[in-house]
Amino acid sequence: MLYREAGQFKTTYSADMAIFPIRQDRVALILLLLFAFIGVPVMATFHIWPLGSDYMLRAILIPFLILALAAIGVNILVGYCGQISLGSGAFMAIGAYSAYKFSTGVHLPLAWLGTALAIPPLPVLPSILLGGLMAAVVGILFGIPSLRIKGLYLAVATLAAQFFFDWVFIRVKWFTNYAPSGSVSAPELNFFGLTVNTSIERYLLCLIFVTLFAFVAKNLVRGNLGRQWMAIRDMDIAAELMGIRPFYAKLTAFAVSSFMVGVAGALWAFVYLGAWEPLAFDINRSFQLLFMVIIGGLGSILGSFLGAAFILILPIMLDQVPHAIGVPISVETVSHLVFIVTGALICYLLIVEPHGFAKLWSIGKEKLRLWPYPY
Amino acid sequence: MVVFGQFLEVLIGGLLAGVLYSLVALGFVLIFKASGVFNFAQGAMVLLAGLALVRSLDFMVARGVPVWAAIVLGLVFAGLIMAISAWLIERFVVGPLVNQDGLTLFMSTIGATFIIEGAAQLIFGSDVYPLRLFPTDAWFLFESAFPGGILVNKLDVWGGLIAGILVTGLAIFFQKTKTGRALRAVADDHAAAQSVGIPISWIWFVVWLVAGLVALVAATVWGTKLGVQFSITFLALKALPVLIIGGFTSVPGAIVGGLLIGAGEKLAEVYLGPFIGGGIEYWFAYVLALAVLLARPQGLFGERIIERI
Repeated sequence: MLYREAGQFKTTYSADMAIFPIRQDRVALILLLLFAFIGVPVMATFHIWPLGSDYMLRAILIPFLILALAAIGVNILVGYCGQISLGSGAFMAIGAYSAYKFSTGVHLPLAWLGTALAIPPLPVLPSILLGGLMAAVVGILFGIPSLRIKGLYLAVATLAAQFFFDWVFIRVKWFTNYAPSGSVSAPELNFFGLTVNTSIERYLLCLIFVTLFAFVAKNLVRGNLGRQWMAIRDMDIAAELMGIRPFYAKLTAFAVSSFMVGVAGALWAFVYLGAWEPLAFDINRSFQLLFMVIIGGLGSILGSFLGAAFILILPIMLDQVPHAIGVPISVETVSHLVFIVTGALICYLLIVEPHGFAKLWSIGKEKLRLWPYPY
Repeated sequence: MVVFGQFLEVLIGGLLAGVLYSLVALGFVLIFKASGVFNFAQGAMVLLAGLALVRSLDFMVARGVPVWAAIVLGLVFAGLIMAISAWLIERFVVGPLVNQDGLTLFMSTIGATFIIEGAAQLIFGSDVYPLRLFPTDAWFLFESAFPGGILVNKLDVWGGLIAGILVTGLAIFFQKTKTGRALRAVADDHAAAQSVGIPISWIWFVVWLVAGLVALVAATVWGTKLGVQFSITFLALKALPVLIIGGFTSVPGAIVGGLLIGAGEKLAEVYLGPFIGGGIEYWFAYVLALAVLLARPQGLFGERIIERI
């Protein structure tokens, strides 16, 4: 009754091809964005439940937004282009460390050329974007094997990127500016004279990035490029016969995906962690991102958000439950139980709905269209 | 002569270490061959088997059971645990997902990994438990030919022997027994196998059980080497390059892949490591695997991938 597109006639082609063709979707999205951009900061400022304390913003919303951005990146590669990647943690690390290097100034002595590459310290925003760009370049390099290797073999091959870069950022001291502990800290977050300090400001910063990139991603996957990716995903040989260049399609997917993951990595390091070690981007991060994408729904931008929320919030909730109901069990037992419950839920979700939350969402929308008369 | 002696020592050490990787990789191959499932839980199964074994051993020895009896009973107990977990996985995780695509099945085994890791540590504890089933001291070979001889770890030799026996046993099982034939039939074509009356869920239980027992064997060797502890699950990641070099579907491939990785890794660490900073063992196997894949996308021994439209 409420959610029905009957009567919304399109009179132009551009209206028909709009990004959200149904009016109710547009209204809901605008309301959601208004809430995220205005409602949440206002609630946090006046300490209205559930944003009474800083914790909600700092420990849940900010990591959720950043990981959702990374999940969108992974989804472009895995969900839209069908190239399984277990190296996304490495691309986050490349984004983070490149951004760090650009923001502190690059000095690379090129002894064999008798010269040195020197770039003065850049402001934060260009550093973050250049971090994404570096990740994209490396992504293209590690995407080249995908032209020959497919499926699970490719997944294992991308592990090479993961382990190689883990090692590089631990062993090659140049990347950490020779910090003795191997841990580096982010520069002051200064954007065009505005300094981002409090949790609310950090939240808004992440929100701007995520909103922008989500729209970019949504538009990319509806367009020519996205259709090429999906054709490659569905059957690469058939796509090639139809005139889609696998080389171009696969490498653009790797580039766009790595760019977003790299930007997310830079944000994760600069905005969320502040100071970090290579361990922040290890293989578990890659798995976490892949989980988000699969639980959320392969080939769905919305699914990336849902998956990120689920995978991030589930362990936090499970951690709280024994405290909340007052069961005295040790921290260690709780962490084991969290493992078991997370694993069981993942299995359960895969069995009940292998296409993820996004599929549940679209089923819900179909039901809503017919409601309250199911015929 | 000293240089050659050192080379030989590194090579032999690497080859034997490679056999130990193969032990873990074998479990992957078995399940992939029979059900097309890429079983990420193999490392967790090694942990579960090791913990069940070492904890029951400690329990019995502390109560005065003679050591040989304790070992036999411990192995039986751990085998039982693996059988139960095989049944549970088949019944509740993989079974309901028949006919889903490979990625979904892969993710479900990662889910199973979490469950097994959590449950194993919850039940059996999460410390480092030393296991002493095999001698861990070293032999010095060819002392007459090389000054100081060649150092060979006895445990690695045991590991090699066990792997050899295991592979022979598995080969006989797959080629000669009725169940083995049924397994190969299921691997070829699920639907066709079902239509000639092969009970698929029983076959998959057997496969997971065999993989569980292989994990138990791997756990005895690796547990003696490292102590039974959580980090043993990372063996699964170590076994992946072995697997793709050999090819997912080939038992001999797992062995050859293990040997290549083991030897290559150790040689690279000793002869290449000093030039580019140590610790390259960490990623060398993966890069080697990547190089092999670029030349042969199905691994050295994998079945040729044929694609139809």
